[in-house]
Amino acid sequence: MNVVTLSQIQFAATCMFHWIFVPLTLGLSIMTAWMETKYVTTGDETWLRMTKFWGKLFLINFALGVVTGITMEFQFGLNWAEYSRYVGDIFGAPLAIEATLTFFLESVFIGVWIFGWKKISKKVHALSIWLAAIATNLSALFILLANAWMQKPVGFVLRNGRAEMTDFLAVVTNPYGWIKFSHTLLSGYALAAFLIMGVSAWHLLHKNEVNFFTRSFKMAAVWAFVASVIVGISGDFHAVEIARTQPTKFAAMEAQWETKRGVGMNLLLFPDVARECNSVEQVCVPNALSLLAFHDANAEIKGLKSFPPELRPPVTPVFLSFRLMAGLGTFMILASLAGIFLSRRKNFIDNRAFLTLMVFAIPVPYLAEQFGWLVAELGRQPWIVYGVMKTTDAVSKSVTATQVALSLLGFIVLYGLLGAVDIFLLVKYAKKGPDKDLSNLIDMQGRA
Amino acid sequence: MDISIFQITWFVLWSVLWAVYFMLDGFVLGTGFMSTFIAKGDTEKRVLINAVGPVWDGNEVWLLTAGGATFAAFPTTYALMFSNLYSALILLLFALIVRGVSFEFRGKLDGVIWKSLWDKAILVSSFLPALLFGVAFGNIFKGIPMRNDFTSLQFSYDGSLIGLLNPYGLVTGVLFVLLFAVHGSLYIALKTVGELSDRAAAMANKIWPALLVVAVVFLAYTWPATKLYNNYMDVPVLLIIPVIAVVSLLLVKVFAGKNEIGKAFIFSCLTILFVVFTGVTGLFPNMIPSSIDPASNLTIFNSSSSLLTLKIMTVVAAICVPTVICYKIWVYRIFRGRVTSEEVLGNSDAY
Repeated sequence: MNVVTLSQIQFAATCMFHWIFVPLTLGLSIMTAWMETKYVTTGDETWLRMTKFWGKLFLINFALGVVTGITMEFQFGLNWAEYSRYVGDIFGAPLAIEATLTFFLESVFIGVWIFGWKKISKKVHALSIWLAAIATNLSALFILLANAWMQKPVGFVLRNGRAEMTDFLAVVTNPYGWIKFSHTLLSGYALAAFLIMGVSAWHLLHKNEVNFFTRSFKMAAVWAFVASVIVGISGDFHAVEIARTQPTKFAAMEAQWETKRGVGMNLLLFPDVARECNSVEQVCVPNALSLLAFHDANAEIKGLKSFPPELRPPVTPVFLSFRLMAGLGTFMILASLAGIFLSRRKNFIDNRAFLTLMVFAIPVPYLAEQFGWLVAELGRQPWIVYGVMKTTDAVSKSVTATQVALSLLGFIVLYGLLGAVDIFLLVKYAKKGPDKDLSNLIDMQGRA
Repeated sequence: MDISIFQITWFVLWSVLWAVYFMLDGFVLGTGFMSTFIAKGDTEKRVLINAVGPVWDGNEVWLLTAGGATFAAFPTTYALMFSNLYSALILLLFALIVRGVSFEFRGKLDGVIWKSLWDKAILVSSFLPALLFGVAFGNIFKGIPMRNDFTSLQFSYDGSLIGLLNPYGLVTGVLFVLLFAVHGSLYIALKTVGELSDRAAAMANKIWPALLVVAVVFLAYTWPATKLYNNYMDVPVLLIIPVIAVVSLLLVKVFAGKNEIGKAFIFSCLTILFVVFTGVTGLFPNMIPSSIDPASNLTIFNSSSSLLTLKIMTVVAAICVPTVICYKIWVYRIFRGRVTSEEVLGNSDAY
């Protein structure tokens, strides 16, 4: 394999691995802060126990998100030096802002939260998890604004052999980035809420801490439903933005080969890349795709055949990832809606079928996240900066294929081991359930 | 305003970010690998990990900020530094990854094998970055074999991982290891009580002579191995910087010998800061010199961002960095007390 392919595999592998942990961090940090706030305002100790229990899972997960994030920042220079040199004038800024504004806030106040139970007042303690959670969420904004620039480059001019920034405001107000931010952030909330529902359902199946886990489930069901619906709505806006700015990505997502007006949407569809058509096209909803893409039933959609084959993304993986993501998202909306109603019924904990379903639903949002990443980044190919720079031109020239093969091997071994340990610990602490000893917890808030 | 003012400003800021990173992560790395030699038994190990627990992550962010600042302000330097030093930085990255999770994972299970496994992980993953950062900076001071053409934008590099392990790179590597060993031992002595604290102070005193010898060798060897002294010959008043480094290093021993650990630690901080300043002052205006062709040197002038980007980043830094320093001081005040075994055993969230 050549150095470009190996570098792409390494970037995808390390980014997708990083993305196993980050969405849960985004969602669980906010929800833990919510629980602690409930405790501080009501004084109800169940909320404190919830804070401690879900907070513990948050921290075990958080550690791996942080350390795998270092890889992401180093990797632009390590493997994509030509890219970094060419676009650093624009791309470096949001990354540096992310580090100075949000990473410090997040890391410092996580430390205060973990170690500060006995050292600061209740309110300041709750404030510290809020600061950490907000910082975490904000860091997603800056990295997604940077990513949005790769998808829809704005506010720059090609000069002095590189892309130079001309309009910082355009970069930070890039609509592509803000839509993506809302889509991604809320997907993290939904993922965290499904984890809480799943773990709670497992304990309810074992009739363990019924009050604690019913309350957790009820809270999470509402979060999951609201978040999943917003993810769906922002996904629709995102698709409109993609149709406008990245026609090749949109055509691949929908396996649309011909350029036409008033395009319908086939419910059963499968692309045949070699013959540049679809081998299956059934159950067409007339004009639906035009309506979805441009909110106009008669709009023209550019097909893949309007672009030379070397400028098209890998159609089948993008098409499949998009369908899977959307399908799993639909399941999440329905399952969380059912969760809201069923968890308010008296015999909720006897509904073993539904509780079992929710345990097995824990991986669903994780898969949807990964497929979403694939749609976004595979769909951008062959460009690293859409329409401006090709991925093949972006790779480091001083790095050899052997070096990347070895580092990739190292990542696979290291990440494999750490991921296994982390998931093992998450499962262990999730199954263990909340601490029983309330007196110890109240003592911890002794100075409150 | 002229772009060179911003380029110089960012060179200063770049130096400060690296210096502060080494000062702060220096004691975490030092505590990490010295814990093997200072702590006896599991409880003492945990005390040491918890002594750095609240701050290690925040300290490591200085590295991410130094990296991010290099990317935003000097993208060409960022690109060539990371890609040319690929294998060394991958190793460094693996070590930093393991170090971070070791703290989190070690206390989560009770098995003896589990804990001894993570103890070894902490030893290696704390020692390796100390050595590799030193080797990397030694090679940056010396220059690396690269040929850069800034008009045709052709860049090439002729080095290897083995090539970085040249005598001067290794001396700088050992210098960093010993600096962090003393720094970490002093931090342990400062943050713990009783016999553990005494043992750590004794360790700092014991290592210090070796540090002095290596520091002298480093300063002498820098003369033939690098061009760092040129700036000092041109502007002799700058010699105040290495003088402060040397005086601080001597005062570390003076105060450690009198068992005034707080003062010794402060001078250890100053030593690390001024060792870094000594190096980068000698580099200016280069960021990474070429060892084979002076025209290929990466300087702040030929590798920087545009004026607009530098201006924006200056505003961001002017707002964020002082704010960060304020809340970090507040946090260090909250956790200023010494860490005891009772405290660690009584906190279910402790590492």
